[in-house]
Amino acid sequence: MSTRIFGSGIKRREDPRLITGEARYTDDIKLPGVLHMAVVRSPYAHANIVSVDSSAAEAMEGVVAVYTGEDIGDGLAGLPTAWLIPDSDLKTPEHPALAKGKVRYVGDGVAIVLADDRYRAQDAADAVVVEYEELRAVIDPEEAAGEGAPLIHDDVEGNIAFRWVMGDREASDAVFDAADVVVSERILQQRLLPTAMEPRSAMAQYNEATEELTLWCTSQNPHIHRFIISAVTGLNENKVRVIAPEVGGGFGSKIPCYPDEALVSWAAIKLGVPVKWTETRSENYLITIHGRDHVQHVEMAASNDGELLGVRATVYAGMGGYLSTAAPGIPTILHGLLYVGPYTMGSVFCESIGVMTNGTPTDAYRGAGRPEATFLLERMVDNVARAIDMDPAELRRKNLIPAFEDGHEVATTLVYDSGDYPAAFEKALAMAGYGDFREQQAAARAGGRYLGIGVTAYTEMCGLGPSQVAGAVGFQGGLWESATVRVTPTGKVQALIGASPHGQGSETTLAQIIADELGFPVDDIEVIHGDTTETPMGWGTYGSRTTPVTGAALAQASRKLKDKARALAAHLMEANVDDIEYADGSFSVKGSPDQAQSIQDVALMAHLAWNMPEGMDPGFEESQFYDPPNFVYPFGTHIAIVEVDAETGVIDLQRYIAVDDCGPQINPEIVAGQIHGGVVQGIAQALCEGVIYDENGQLLTGTMQDYCMPKADMFPNFELGETVTPSPHHPVGVKGVGETGTIASTPTVYNAVLDALAPLGVQQIDMPLTSAKVWSAIQDANGGGS
Amino acid sequence: MWPNKFDYARASSVDEALSLITDDGKYLAGGHSLLPVMKLRLDAPGQLVDIGRIPELQGISANGGLTIGAGATHDAIATSADVQAMCAALASACGQVGDQGVRNFGTLGGNIAHADPASDPPTVLVACGATVNIRGADGSRSVAAQDFFVDLFETALEDGELITSVSLPNCSDCQCAYVKFPHPASRYAIVGVAVCLKMNGGACAQADVAVGGATVKAVKCAGAEAALAGTTLDEAAVNAAAEAAKADIADWLAGDIAYPESYRQQMAGVYLRRAIAAAQG
Repeated sequence: MSTRIFGSGIKRREDPRLITGEARYTDDIKLPGVLHMAVVRSPYAHANIVSVDSSAAEAMEGVVAVYTGEDIGDGLAGLPTAWLIPDSDLKTPEHPALAKGKVRYVGDGVAIVLADDRYRAQDAADAVVVEYEELRAVIDPEEAAGEGAPLIHDDVEGNIAFRWVMGDREASDAVFDAADVVVSERILQQRLLPTAMEPRSAMAQYNEATEELTLWCTSQNPHIHRFIISAVTGLNENKVRVIAPEVGGGFGSKIPCYPDEALVSWAAIKLGVPVKWTETRSENYLITIHGRDHVQHVEMAASNDGELLGVRATVYAGMGGYLSTAAPGIPTILHGLLYVGPYTMGSVFCESIGVMTNGTPTDAYRGAGRPEATFLLERMVDNVARAIDMDPAELRRKNLIPAFEDGHEVATTLVYDSGDYPAAFEKALAMAGYGDFREQQAAARAGGRYLGIGVTAYTEMCGLGPSQVAGAVGFQGGLWESATVRVTPTGKVQALIGASPHGQGSETTLAQIIADELGFPVDDIEVIHGDTTETPMGWGTYGSRTTPVTGAALAQASRKLKDKARALAAHLMEANVDDIEYADGSFSVKGSPDQAQSIQDVALMAHLAWNMPEGMDPGFEESQFYDPPNFVYPFGTHIAIVEVDAETGVIDLQRYIAVDDCGPQINPEIVAGQIHGGVVQGIAQALCEGVIYDENGQLLTGTMQDYCMPKADMFPNFELGETVTPSPHHPVGVKGVGETGTIASTPTVYNAVLDALAPLGVQQIDMPLTSAKVWSAIQDANGGGS
Repeated sequence: MWPNKFDYARASSVDEALSLITDDGKYLAGGHSLLPVMKLRLDAPGQLVDIGRIPELQGISANGGLTIGAGATHDAIATSADVQAMCAALASACGQVGDQGVRNFGTLGGNIAHADPASDPPTVLVACGATVNIRGADGSRSVAAQDFFVDLFETALEDGELITSVSLPNCSDCQCAYVKFPHPASRYAIVGVAVCLKMNGGACAQADVAVGGATVKAVKCAGAEAALAGTTLDEAAVNAAAEAAKADIADWLAGDIAYPESYRQQMAGVYLRRAIAAAQG
């Protein structure tokens, strides 16, 4: 037996083009005669537009046209919200591509300039004179939902876009009323900037003769972009081709359809020439969606001997100035349903209030709702541990759901697929040397040093997801995937997928699945994605779903091909199909191993079709639609060890241990890469990232000089471990791993810091835990410093 | 990202640069301070005169003291054996500017002309008694570093004037250090402290101290210096100096939303103690 390609840490085939600069992104694509679009953006967070004077701009050299929202009129429909969560009194205020009469966040588009040169377009945009009547702005979602807040949309009363409730309030109250211990905390899930390495870009070209529009854009889901661009422009969907060329990261920020994609499409149709727009990093921070932005009031009930009884929360979720494409689903479906975590807790209640504010619209950002749930759970578990004076690891151990292999229903109504939480938990504690650490910590404290440890046990829901569930929760689409495995006459494979990877290494991972199923060398397999005309329908790459869902479609399409190959091989070797043996890409007849047909031989014969069995069609290609029967639920335990310098508030992250279980690992190197990146993003939320607006809604963290992106020297080498618990319902048993690191790491590091500060009397600090805030908390607690 | 339109000229000598510069022109050296603000359209000079290849602005020479050409890059200064010997604190500060790419392009002259209050080299120049040598249409003049930095992004340079070099006294018999608390986002200094200690046996004969980052400009800390001079740099003296430094900078404090003035002021005291320890180490 040769070594299986499944499970092998082969190098990412994407990397040579990415690291040599040969990859072609949207902005790299040049079309003759292209016009450059610059957008005149509101400098105010909330203002009425009194007048727009574009005469000076229009007179400038190279300027072809200037358009306002009034000029576009009905030419573009408003941008739709596509996650219409049920039973929540959801309001979907109009979101015009260019503001009409009123702007609602800094960066809201007021006019577009089309010019023959990007510099000239920007110069002309600066020359458009807009008179505003500034209105009072509101940024904090809880404040925006309160009395006296300025009204942002006339048709969204009280700025409340939805009120979503999960669980039975009275039953929850009864649990809390009877509990020995109730702990509570106001948790601020600060706004974060997704900061994909490639900013967003869009270029549209319209062929008047064929009435076909081609849109190249930075998309995680070109088929969804096609659907929405068709809807807003009025073009038939089969006349719209959306191409996502190389896409340099997304983290959720390239899921939504933004005004900019609609505007280049409209302008290209209007003017009959190609139109391109590429955002600057400053624009990216102003207008591309932000993540998180919750104010949470959370309580947890427990017994004195450490039984976790229930959690309940009221969440004010900031939606920003408009409801972005998937926004309502994030702080609701993808959040509340995670409130049990890996624990046996029997009572959950969540009221999530979606609030319009004068911030940038929010939407899915890596983890999307689940990090916000895991953080509050893990934070409250540590608070319970303090309240009942029990070691936080012991408290977790006591409440973990025991191992199960095929289905476990929890209080949120989810049915977890499989899990062995205690195994991952004990492995992580052993790697960290948890028992010894507590002794080191005590000794360090005696010497005036503040060490802390944080432990997070988590499970999460990903591999989105069963389409029936999508429909039941108001997602305006399916969540299946489709794929075609096409083998050429010479035995080379093209795998066409509807999903649209953008940095995850899926071209490698998915090729490994096909190679493992069919026996083709992995280097003979190309994975093709990102073009609605070339690829079959799919719903996109997000929610840790491409390996679980597209991977399943590919595995099943491959198995269909293998069945065909087996039958054709039997026919060619004049043997009974039951006597055909398969190994390493070769079919042979039982008992006569010298007679064999390779998979490549069979593929050629299927194409030639000179000698087919009766009833078998020619060709060597199979397609598969795959709708997952359930989500997948990866899990694990993460541990961080930190030291806080009480004199400065600086946090030194000394060790980070992550034990994750995503089922069988197709490519351990890629899994490790996903965990590394996810952990870094999650830790950055705990320690340094956070959007800051001033009281007028001006973005103060508008560049990386002020918005703290994580840097490699902030981190120790991560210590990774794994357990392997296959998903029972998945063809190859795999679970998603794209978001686990982000979900688990924020509370892990946060709790480690608060553990370090415990002897100083510090109870709570809003994230991010900057040294200034930590130092101030120490001073306020009046317990430390020099 | 998309700067306003500007004219560009490259000068091959200081005289030529002085003759080329116009009223709304700026000198371009390494470009690592000027170009970012132009890309953000926060500044829009109508003309750039490129002085990056003028031979007389290059080089570092040591004869009695140090003379560092305005065009010397941060990396050249950080790795210069002469600078390391005669003013180790400056080598250290220049080695902490930005990242390696920035240090390969950014120049000392460009850095101090920009006068970012959170930049590293000015703090050392002020502490160590450097002199800034300037040429203008009316000839040459020299300004003490302490007087050169006037306020936030404001220097003693007059319109059209050009920094040619910076002179420093030989500090090889001192114990000197620059210690920085970097802003986690930008890696500019939340606070940077430079100390230069002249020791006579076990006692400190003279102490020079400057604080930057926490202030609108690098500030010479006379109170802290007085608290150290004549002492053995014992704990009480160092603590007194730390307190004095906080008072010395009280009128010049600067901060941002994440790291406010009050915090930076306290950290100046902490980092003065650390700088003294580093100088002695």
